[in-house]
Amino acid sequence: MDGDERVYADRTPGVEQQESTASYLSYTVGLGLAILATIGSFVVSQTSLLWPPGVPVGLVVLAFAQIGVHLVFFLHLGSGPDHTNNILALAFGVLVVFLVIVGSVWIIANLNANMMPMP
Amino acid sequence: MLGKLTWAAIPFYQPLPLYAMGVVGIVILAALGVVTVKGGWPYLWREWLTSVDHKRIGVMYLILALIMLLRGFSDAIMMRSQQAIAIGGAQGYLPPDHYDQIFSSHGTIMIFFVAMPFVIGLMNFVVPLQLGVRDVAFPVLNSVSFWLTASGALLINVSLVVGSFARTGWMGYPPLSELAYSPDVGVDYYLWLLQISGIGTLFAGINMVTTILKLRAPGMTYMRMPIFCWSALTSSILIVVAFPILTATFAMLLLDRYVGMHFFTNDAGGNMMMYVNLFWAWGHPEVYILILPAFGVFSEVIATFSGKPLFSYRSMVLALLAICVLSFTVWLHHFFTMGASADVNAFFGIMSMIIGVPTGVKVFNWLFTLFGGRVVFRTPVLFSIGFMVTFVLGGMTGVLLAVPPVDFVLHNSVFLVAHFHNVIIGGVIFGALAGYNYWFPKAFGFTLDEKWGKASFWCWLVGFYLAFTPLYALGLMGMTRRLQHIADPNWRPLLLVAEAGAVIVFLGILCQLMQFYVSFRTRESRRDLTGDPWNGRTLEWSTSSPPPAYNFAVLPRVETIDAFWQMKRRGLARAEPVYEAIEVPRNSPIGIVIAFFAVMSGFALIWQIWWMAIIGLLAIAVTVMVFGWSENREREIPANEMARMERARLSFGRPA
Amino acid sequence: MTIATVDAVPVEVVRGRGGGGPAPTRTVVAYGFWIFILSDITMFSGLFAAYAVLSDRTAGGPTGSDLFNLRNVFIETMCLLVSSYTAGLGALSAERRQRERFLVFAAFTFVLGAAFLYIEISEFAGMVGKGAGPSRSAFLSAFFTLVGMHGAHVTSGLLWLVYMVAQVVAKGLRPHVLRRLLCFSLFWHALDIIWVGVITLVYLMGAR
Repeated sequence: MDGDERVYADRTPGVEQQESTASYLSYTVGLGLAILATIGSFVVSQTSLLWPPGVPVGLVVLAFAQIGVHLVFFLHLGSGPDHTNNILALAFGVLVVFLVIVGSVWIIANLNANMMPMP
Repeated sequence: MLGKLTWAAIPFYQPLPLYAMGVVGIVILAALGVVTVKGGWPYLWREWLTSVDHKRIGVMYLILALIMLLRGFSDAIMMRSQQAIAIGGAQGYLPPDHYDQIFSSHGTIMIFFVAMPFVIGLMNFVVPLQLGVRDVAFPVLNSVSFWLTASGALLINVSLVVGSFARTGWMGYPPLSELAYSPDVGVDYYLWLLQISGIGTLFAGINMVTTILKLRAPGMTYMRMPIFCWSALTSSILIVVAFPILTATFAMLLLDRYVGMHFFTNDAGGNMMMYVNLFWAWGHPEVYILILPAFGVFSEVIATFSGKPLFSYRSMVLALLAICVLSFTVWLHHFFTMGASADVNAFFGIMSMIIGVPTGVKVFNWLFTLFGGRVVFRTPVLFSIGFMVTFVLGGMTGVLLAVPPVDFVLHNSVFLVAHFHNVIIGGVIFGALAGYNYWFPKAFGFTLDEKWGKASFWCWLVGFYLAFTPLYALGLMGMTRRLQHIADPNWRPLLLVAEAGAVIVFLGILCQLMQFYVSFRTRESRRDLTGDPWNGRTLEWSTSSPPPAYNFAVLPRVETIDAFWQMKRRGLARAEPVYEAIEVPRNSPIGIVIAFFAVMSGFALIWQIWWMAIIGLLAIAVTVMVFGWSENREREIPANEMARMERARLSFGRPA
Repeated sequence: MTIATVDAVPVEVVRGRGGGGPAPTRTVVAYGFWIFILSDITMFSGLFAAYAVLSDRTAGGPTGSDLFNLRNVFIETMCLLVSSYTAGLGALSAERRQRERFLVFAAFTFVLGAAFLYIEISEFAGMVGKGAGPSRSAFLSAFFTLVGMHGAHVTSGLLWLVYMVAQVVAKGLRPHVLRRLLCFSLFWHALDIIWVGVITLVYLMGAR
């Protein structure tokens, strides 16, 4: 058995293990990006900068971007082997949220369309 | 002062439930009296009620499940009897108002207070032992989870005497469950008690996921975990992501009823179909939450009693994961007839057929495990083989129902009732009973009587087929579910056969009670002295029966799958390990205290006694904060104490 | 609960395959809380789905564009976002055992969170005063419940923060206190993530 074996302690979201400047930097960059994404959302929604039918898509993209910023810069979610459990949990959660919301909207819209007209 | 609660809430005008609760009340008081006379309260408090040991909590879950099985089954036999009698001109003995409450409480009790506690109890008891660790990730939370589930069970029993239960069926569809059509407290009981026990279940799921993913013996990689732990993991993941949907849905219905909101009302834009949609978005994963641990039990039982490793462990794991993901893509099959168009129905119909494939893979793997093995036909194996036949038949009727045009004919008929009882009894109950018989010696130190066990199996099997095969036929003939009165006298013979089946299942339950009684009386002659009565393969069999509170003095080093089997093949370690001090959590009364206040708050919210509700909820918050402030929640067992306990334990009856 | 140390033979490297033995308590607690947050997000998804389905069922009453004040929503968003930032900096200070800095950041987090709540409660009160309360229509029921549930989570978070500050003052930055602060940070960041969903789906799409 060689001596440099290491037991992988897994990382958990939010656990900060880097040195000080890097961490303050992480949070500050994250805040800056998140503010930009927020302002972007309001601009997209309230002005005609984006082609109107594309506004919902634009909002969703910006929302995902901001959530990503939160996950990476505030919660320190990464992609290494130490993070596999966290990423898998997140991915499954995202899948379920997607299926519940999109599934419900699709189903109910379909059901509503088939309702008899009110007298 | 007391909200809606008045003396009229107690059904003095209906003797039947009053007598029933009178009898139950006397039994309970007698039991409490016996405990008091024998001075058993300190023992009970210290060893069970405030225990945070996963083994004790697992046993308490099972006791809860078995007691509630008696209540749920009495509901069943009352329904069967009513349907056997009230045909043509006869009116039977249960008025519709009463009958409706019975079928609603039957479903609610069987799903939430029999099947769920049984499955969670087995997972609780077995998983840490199989993983080679000392307890679950959050032992005190584990106790809280159990006690919250028990609180829900208490409230549903209170509803029998004080007020009434819901008349909506166990699913509680609006608009019937809205205030306009169910103004009394029945639906409120249903909603609040399920919210309370739902929180308990959610915490249990979180605990189990964390334990399995983060706490395993050194060397136990994911692919060396026992298959039961994989099934517990996938089931618990489903609990974590599905139960909150139910919480949200019930919260919305509660807001409609209490605050006058319009989520699911007839007026002001409410959409009742959304309730059905969200309910089943939870409801379908729920049935997989129930069945996956049962699959795990069968995998363990079949492998052990064939003396062979499980066939294709890898594909079993993949099948479990596939079922876990696919269970979120089929839920519309519970409401094909609600009016979606063909493309939506077709998508969910096809997905419902696809989800049968991984289960089919598992069935073949079990058969291949049995093939070529030296099968020992003990009770757990009988349940496993009975399961394979029964569950496959039930699954086939499920795939039939998954075809939307077929479902249009059979939706809400007794064909559907037969299908889901087929898979739940054949799958979940048989799995629970197999697991109960299999792990009982580990929990209590003596085996269960084989004769009575086999008798209970045959009664359950024959009783099930007699009770439900007629329902398949009746469903095809057009009989709807939940009928309090049967108009067509031609259905009488089949209903009588169904009644006979219910009676035989009742005999099966009696056999189980007899089995426990006989085994307890003769327990000295059936002591499990080695800790390994079945020549097991997994780590729980490496401990004594019952294991010490800390499970393992030294965590085992795992190098292969079926770790204990390999350890036996290589010869168990003879040298005494080096003992070290360990820390174990102290008992905590927080579980039972929170449960007390949860029952108080739940009852108060149901009857709208607002001051009592506020006090109860504040008390829970204060309890949590006081607990959070406490220190010294663990105690250390020093190394010499460990050595002393282990030597005493191991010298008794174990080969040196 | 401590785990007995593994015997002298080193544990084999099983990179990414999970053979390293039981994880340290801090990892176990944080992961358990991460899974709890996953469950909370699923609960919100039920409420989001209900909102998405009911957002046009206004029963002749006021719609989103009639009621939403986007200037306030922007201020609320900034408050919550900056409070997430200060919570993160507070977590860093706590990790480094810098008690006073932690308390300052905690105070900022609390004030910003309270400001968020104040604006939100004013918005709700205003709407109720205009006859646009939760029992007016299905749309409003869904709106009040979704946004209100988020607000209730923020309120619980603030109460939790006060409790944690009390623990830090009374007990210092000990391991179990630090673990709970870690859980609090996870919770607070998750609430901000959910708020991003709320402003996108409810306010920005609804106010067009």
